[in-house]
Amino acid sequence: MSNTTNNTTENNNFEFENGDVMNEGFQESFDSESGDVYATEEFLEDVAPIAETAAAPVEPLIQKPEKKKKKKGDDEEESYHKPIIKRRKPNRSIAGDIFLYIFLLIVACLMFFPIVYAVESALKPLDELYKFPPRIFAQNPTLDNFSDLFVTLSKSWVSFGRYLFNTVFITFLGTAGHLFLASMAAFVLAKYEFPGGRTFFKIVTVAMMFTGYVTGIPNYIIMSKLGMIDTYWSIIIPAFASPMGLFLMKQFMEGLPTSLIEAAKIDGATEWCVFTRIVMPNVKPAWLTLIIFSVQALWNNKASTLIYSEEMKTLPYAMQQIQAGGIARTGEAAAVLVVLMVVPIAIFIFSESQILETMASSGLKD
Amino acid sequence: MSQFLNDYIKVKKHNFRVGVKKARISKSCYLFLAPYAIIFTMFFVMPVVISIFFSFTYYNILEAPRFIGLRNYISLFLEDDIFLISIKNTFMIAILTGPLGYIGSFLFAWLINELPRWVRSVAVVIFYAPSIAGNCYVIFSVFFRGDSYGHINALLINWGIIDTPILFFTNPQWMLPICMVVILWMSLGAGFLSFVAGLQGVDKSQYEAGYMDGIKNRWQELWYITLPNMKPMLMFGAVMSITQAFGVCDVTMALCGYPSTDYAARTIVTHLFDYGFSRFEMGYACSIATILFLIMILCNKAIQSFLSRVGT
Repeated sequence: MSNTTNNTTENNNFEFENGDVMNEGFQESFDSESGDVYATEEFLEDVAPIAETAAAPVEPLIQKPEKKKKKKGDDEEESYHKPIIKRRKPNRSIAGDIFLYIFLLIVACLMFFPIVYAVESALKPLDELYKFPPRIFAQNPTLDNFSDLFVTLSKSWVSFGRYLFNTVFITFLGTAGHLFLASMAAFVLAKYEFPGGRTFFKIVTVAMMFTGYVTGIPNYIIMSKLGMIDTYWSIIIPAFASPMGLFLMKQFMEGLPTSLIEAAKIDGATEWCVFTRIVMPNVKPAWLTLIIFSVQALWNNKASTLIYSEEMKTLPYAMQQIQAGGIARTGEAAAVLVVLMVVPIAIFIFSESQILETMASSGLKD
Repeated sequence: MSQFLNDYIKVKKHNFRVGVKKARISKSCYLFLAPYAIIFTMFFVMPVVISIFFSFTYYNILEAPRFIGLRNYISLFLEDDIFLISIKNTFMIAILTGPLGYIGSFLFAWLINELPRWVRSVAVVIFYAPSIAGNCYVIFSVFFRGDSYGHINALLINWGIIDTPILFFTNPQWMLPICMVVILWMSLGAGFLSFVAGLQGVDKSQYEAGYMDGIKNRWQELWYITLPNMKPMLMFGAVMSITQAFGVCDVTMALCGYPSTDYAARTIVTHLFDYGFSRFEMGYACSIATILFLIMILCNKAIQSFLSRVGT
């Protein structure tokens, strides 16, 4: 027992020493009494609130290391820090936390409701879509709308499968090319100093500040001069150079240790070798981020201005057409919506932690 | 004076020579940059230059462009009533949804950050889903349908608030507010992700230090510690939300039709599409694009200089 009390005071001392700024009273008492912290009244007044919260983690602090020592023994550092992290955060009231949870729950329901509603609409048979009063959840959910997409549209001029193929093709090629080219450019911009590099990056940052709509018309003129109107390339090639991807990739690559590259160079690697074997495998989280943003842009690309042939149109355009089909097609329109929505959301769910890791370096410094 | 000029030229010459030498050493850098740079210049830099050039001409693709000076801009602001409506609408949408969406993104990112780990990752998916789900906003056209089969109308009729269904997307009174709601719903985008990631990266020991220094509640913590740490992400988020706020057109076009009744939901981009791709008056459309470009860049610069004062 005496052992544990000793531990307690030690731990307390440790906590206080760690605090960046100490109260003056505390400082004095600490100096004069040389370690015996509980001596002066002055100190007690000043430090009482801190001492209370500091006392809370004391118990686990004593117990846990002993438990761990039996198991592992040697990593004391880790086992010491864990209980502190588990403690309730300072400056948080319980009432505030409850309010926070309720508020977030309500907002999350509101935010997610339209998506649930879209999925439910896609599952409703036609007679339920036009019930009065309308219901949100389907009573007899069917997958008829999805199969209808393929069956009824296969009789039309351009089948649903073709629209799907167009979108997948554009998204896949565009994303792959974008990932590759943007990483190449980002690598040299992040890791080497060369004349023009910084200026170029600044221009890219400015390009993030205006939407694609500004460049829509000149793009059309350039495309027609290049003879790329009405081909897949008119969508794919501009997507290669999306400024957002380069920006994120460059910011992330700056966090990569330069010594890694230098070491590879000393071992005789060429630039290309460094890029493909050292840099690219190390920035995998950023890959996923680039992929998600590129897919998001391309998957929803209507491509209505640059592509005229019906058999080359994309899925979002098809959705517009189906919607224009009126009441009879409502269920199918919702089904396309679900197809369109599932892919980006699924990619995001599977790569969330990596994306957040990349976005941590997304800050814009001036 | 001539002495100064000579020196100046000498320095410039020297710098140029050093630059050339450096460029020669880093040849491989340029090789790496070239593919991206070429495509980027072609489809992002050139278009801006071309659009500024064509904005001073009359150009309809068939004939060669004819230089007409500032006439495009003059007729835009003095003769084109619909453009003025579109500017008004765009600014209304931008001023309301831009800051609200931005603050919302930060607020939710900050609140989510308080949650335990696994709840947080679920919450991020839920909040981010609307903006990533692309065309999902189209579902609002079913939800706000103009006849009594639409949910909102059905609810209001059932409760006895109205007796005839409201034509949400045909009545100019309702168009913009509903579009704004939809845009707000979608506004937790890339900026939101950046905030979430940035908040997780704030050094925990700073909070402990702040606690020792006498910070009493989470609001003080937010203002004195979190916000100054988040400045770069705040900038990034601002760029994203301004760009989005002024580029509104998809939502209004999909929900309210194109053209909308009384042009009540016309935005600058819709106007641009109308002149560019329906009437093929490329010169005129380019002048609209140039104005939009200037608005976006100026807004971004203004907001950035404002944000650089946060937390100081």
